[in-house]
Amino acid sequence: MAIITPLKTAAEQQLAEQFANIKAELPGAGAMRKLREDAFSGFEAKGLPHRRLESWRYTDLRTLLREAKPLVRRPARSQAIADRLALQTIAGRRFVTIDGLFSAADSDLNGLPAGGSVRSLAEALTEAPDAIAAAFAAPEVARDDSALMLNAAFAQDGVVLDIAPGTTFEQPLVLLALGSGQSEAAIVSRSLVRIGAGAKVTIVELQENVGPAPVQINHATCYVVGDGAEVQHVRMVTRQRAETVQVQSLLVELGGHAAFDSVAVAVNCGLLRQQSFLRYGGEHSRAALRGINLLRRREHSDVTLVMDHAAAHGESRELFKSIVDGEATGVFQGKVIVRPHSQKTDGGMKSHALLLNDGATMFNKPELEIFADDVVCGHGATVAQIDAEQLFYLMARGLPRPQAEALVLAAFVGEVADFVSDEGVHEIVGREIDAWLAQRDGAPRLGAA
Amino acid sequence: MAAVQETIDQVKSIDVTEYKYGFVTEVEVDKPAKGLTEDTVRYISARKNEPEWMLEWRLDAFRRWKTMTEPSWSRVQYPPINYQDIYYYAAPKKGASPKSLDEVDPAILETYKKLGIPLREQEILAGVAPENRVAVDAVFDSVSVVTTFKDELAKAGVIFCSISEAIREHPELVKKYLASVVPVTDNYFATLNSAVFTDGSFVYIPKGVRCPMELSTYFRINEQNTGQFERTLIIADEGSYVSYLEGCTAPKRDENQLHAAVVELIALDDAEIKYSTVQNWFPGDAEGKGGIYNFVTKRGDCRGRNSKISWTQVETGSAITWKYPSCILRGDGSRGEFYSIAVSNGAQQVDSGTKMLHLGKNTTSKIIAKGIAAGKSDSTYRGMVSAHRKATGARNFTNCDSLLIGDQCGAHTIPYIEAKTATAVFEHEATTSKIGEDQMFYCQQRGLSEEEAVALIVNGFVKEVLQQLPMEFAVEAQKLITISLEGSVG
Repeated sequence: MAIITPLKTAAEQQLAEQFANIKAELPGAGAMRKLREDAFSGFEAKGLPHRRLESWRYTDLRTLLREAKPLVRRPARSQAIADRLALQTIAGRRFVTIDGLFSAADSDLNGLPAGGSVRSLAEALTEAPDAIAAAFAAPEVARDDSALMLNAAFAQDGVVLDIAPGTTFEQPLVLLALGSGQSEAAIVSRSLVRIGAGAKVTIVELQENVGPAPVQINHATCYVVGDGAEVQHVRMVTRQRAETVQVQSLLVELGGHAAFDSVAVAVNCGLLRQQSFLRYGGEHSRAALRGINLLRRREHSDVTLVMDHAAAHGESRELFKSIVDGEATGVFQGKVIVRPHSQKTDGGMKSHALLLNDGATMFNKPELEIFADDVVCGHGATVAQIDAEQLFYLMARGLPRPQAEALVLAAFVGEVADFVSDEGVHEIVGREIDAWLAQRDGAPRLGAA
Repeated sequence: MAAVQETIDQVKSIDVTEYKYGFVTEVEVDKPAKGLTEDTVRYISARKNEPEWMLEWRLDAFRRWKTMTEPSWSRVQYPPINYQDIYYYAAPKKGASPKSLDEVDPAILETYKKLGIPLREQEILAGVAPENRVAVDAVFDSVSVVTTFKDELAKAGVIFCSISEAIREHPELVKKYLASVVPVTDNYFATLNSAVFTDGSFVYIPKGVRCPMELSTYFRINEQNTGQFERTLIIADEGSYVSYLEGCTAPKRDENQLHAAVVELIALDDAEIKYSTVQNWFPGDAEGKGGIYNFVTKRGDCRGRNSKISWTQVETGSAITWKYPSCILRGDGSRGEFYSIAVSNGAQQVDSGTKMLHLGKNTTSKIIAKGIAAGKSDSTYRGMVSAHRKATGARNFTNCDSLLIGDQCGAHTIPYIEAKTATAVFEHEATTSKIGEDQMFYCQQRGLSEEEAVALIVNGFVKEVLQQLPMEFAVEAQKLITISLEGSVG
């Protein structure tokens, strides 16, 4: 097929101007500067992702992003930010970025246990640009992703978290990314989490917006998981304005005998694209990506993931549950790649969606790409409405319809929430789900939670 | 099977050239110069004695085709096709539009005899129960050489003839339905077909008629460097039923040959069409030299209320298969079914699947796709199930399983499941695996040899689909699967 290079959109032109204006000020010299330049020229060649690209088929950023907002250069300190920071929702150390910029003052840096070190990306880029640039190279399966290219070109700050080999953290480490929402702006940030061999840690990423202005967010977190390390990862995208356009990228490189368990929750997410690229670099590793999407009004959540089994004896599990109400759209595109010689791979991928309203839409595309024969891979996808029999059962026992519905829905997504092993984090996830269910039209609040 | 060294060796030593239909028939043919120009289109149309409107239709398609580019999204790789290096028409000199079988070139009759296709009605009748009779339309390169049982079918009101004849004899039906399911510019190969299609079958089943016998078309590519562009149009009027079978073979040749067909099915209110294919084009040799490029557009339109279209396909041949028999479920309560077995071996590439487009209310569809990849082959299932906003109560069940034999083959699944109405219920499941060690152990400890055990398990794996085939075909298909995997399994 002929390669179609359409005219540049207004947003693409604005991005080109912005990059020309600020590239000299962005942190990181040497290899990092080159990485930014290459990433941006890659972006210029491709333009914003659009629906003719298979991996962006259901989220047409070229159409959706009418205007590229200016990059936030200085965070705004509003009362809302202060109020939110005063609230400690999860017991654990907290590292805060405001509008994508690391805030040392608000982060729990003092008395950090041995084995952990935290600093800002801007600082790390100034000190060791080459090493950070090496860690930022896009994995093979994401090399053509122009949203990720934009991120590499513009990312000005984020958190760099290093966990020394063999360290175990009892309490979760929380990466709290707050958007001030003071003005219509773009937030582009990237975090790097390196987990040494044999370390055990729970990392929670919270993405929240406290202000009234819709923002554009492009955030990526890179995880490098050492041999034998175990990571429990939770990401919650909540409290976003309806007009927010957000791309969240998760890049994971797994060593051998390592484990990476992730639960991603999207509630009141505006327009959200969550893309994950996970590569098995060593044998006998296992990874699980799971997620909950609660969507209503005209919200749009696109979960796209690629599990790249580049080593043998890998195990992967994906389970995504979506409840789509109003005129919202849910998307699940999962791809499991089993490379030649990655024998004994065990892959299982599932996406289940409940549509609550006739205007709701769900797109499922679970893919398998398999080049090794001694594997067990499967996927399942379902779309349906609430089971009438389950409702009948509950209503026959005296529950009014709204409560019965809420109970069925809570159980539906609860299956995923239960994979969050840290009790405190599990409670926060449960609270978000309950609050969302309680806000359904005519649905009373469930229980007293 | 990966663990068993013998099997790996067997797969490596596989001889795909064991293609028993690979012989060539020597017949004098009539063909224009190579290449594709407006003159070629005019030549084909003139040879077929087509009316002016048909020529215009073809020329329009040809002009549109020139503005199009070849699609590249499928998971198959092949060197660029030189469309100017193909003969677009080849017809045996003797026996063009024969009045009876006696006028057909005996070499051609011999060919069909060798292929096991009965063309003489009396031979078929001998010793065969009447309900098991099959009417055959035999297409040899670009022309239909004979259509059997025409008179008897005509008594029931059924029209079964070659499409060329239909264009001359039944223009009103052809004009009304041709390209109404696959538009002229649907895709690159369909447009090419619209410009240069040569022959194929035309079936019309009148209201309320249950077609008294199975209808069948047998396609044979014989000439070198010749493309076959068949066009099939089947219309089942209200309340009618027809079961249609299609088979195809080609000689062994070193160069690739192009087969770009368009098949359109139309089912009106309460009608049912059952379309079965056993595709056994020459697959090329073990290194991927030669073989047919099978780029086919097949689509059925359940236009009427409670209509039903069912596709069953057994794909063992072709170097490259690019084929997605689909159903447009337009009528309320209509039903689409797709049963497929795709067996690939050697260097074959298969990218096949189906589309079920739910447009009407309470439409249902079922997809069962089984892929078996061996040798260095690549097998992809690509499918789409979608429910339109107004398709309330749409229901789909999809199951696609892949079996891998050997560590150099690939099996891929790319399903699209799109629901735009909350009342849709879609279920999709897919698995990819090798033959289970415990399954093998179970069979072997009961005394089966390893090859027998594999054959048994493979047969069990595809049984669900084989059961959908009409009896005569099921037997042939079962044999075909065994031949196709010969050397790698039983």
